[in-house]
Amino acid sequence: MGIANSVLEAVRTEMGLHPGTYPCKVGVRIGEMAAIDQEALRFCFEAIILETDLASLELGIEVCPRRHRCQICGHEFNVRDYDSRCPRCATFETTCISGDELELAYVEVEEYGASAAGAKSTQ
Amino acid sequence: MERVPLERKVLSENDRIAAELRARFQGHGILCLNLISSPGSGKTSLLERTLESLPREDRAAVLTGDIQTENDANRLKRFGFPVKQITTGGTCHLDARMIERHLADWNLEDLDLLLIENVGNLVCPASYDLGEAAKIVVLSVTEGEDKPLKYPSIFFKSDLLVLSKIDLLPYVPFDIDAAAENARKEHGDCEGVLP
Repeated sequence: MGIANSVLEAVRTEMGLHPGTYPCKVGVRIGEMAAIDQEALRFCFEAIILETDLASLELGIEVCPRRHRCQICGHEFNVRDYDSRCPRCATFETTCISGDELELAYVEVEEYGASAAGAKSTQ
Repeated sequence: MERVPLERKVLSENDRIAAELRARFQGHGILCLNLISSPGSGKTSLLERTLESLPREDRAAVLTGDIQTENDANRLKRFGFPVKQITTGGTCHLDARMIERHLADWNLEDLDLLLIENVGNLVCPASYDLGEAAKIVVLSVTEGEDKPLKYPSIFFKSDLLVLSKIDLLPYVPFDIDAAAENARKEHGDCEGVLP
């Protein structure tokens, strides 16, 4: 719920910079190791936008695989079955290069009046 | 339709406060540790034993988090070190703002060691930086040796794994070597200790 709130706050902050527009979709990037369950995030997000001025805001989630680089042979690989050993030389000495992302990627905005179906009153 | 790139962390506000806390801790020479585990794994017991064995001149303090009750703070206060309870009122983790708020009336000049006991949870606390120097994950032998595989993120992000309740080893099926192997799969550099 805290994550969903942070996403929504970020959208509201960003919208302050784009007067005359409203947000249609916000995109987030979540790594496999970020300990975020997609469905739980989606559920919380939909719960907090319900009956607000952002009720039609769509959430786009891109999942990033966990990638490691071997410190011995330099091989880069996707971690499977939570095993971070290098598949080439079997060492545990590998470092994570991606997969713990929890990032805001983009927000799609539309000018008021540009789409009759999506336009909303600011009141 | 226009796509505006944001390209920042979702928890950038938390991370900003955590970075400020980290700088303050470093400026005052304070070692800050963030203890994380499932509920009932023994974080508070580990803190009790730690505080009990610390000389009073070691200027330690504890922030302990729970959803409700002051029980843990009451358990820890009897050792004479400053202890403050953080009751989150439902939130399943501590965040940097809670730490900042609860430190407000402590003089950091008076501290060398700050121990933070997170809310019992192996999932969400992994996402929230509290400005600590290291995360420590506590795993009790009654939980099973596959915990690192079930909750990879926290084992991946912790620098130290403390195995607790090892006096129960004769009575529970727990394979220490398998647990260590599972933890190393998640985090090759993770150190393990038995208290």
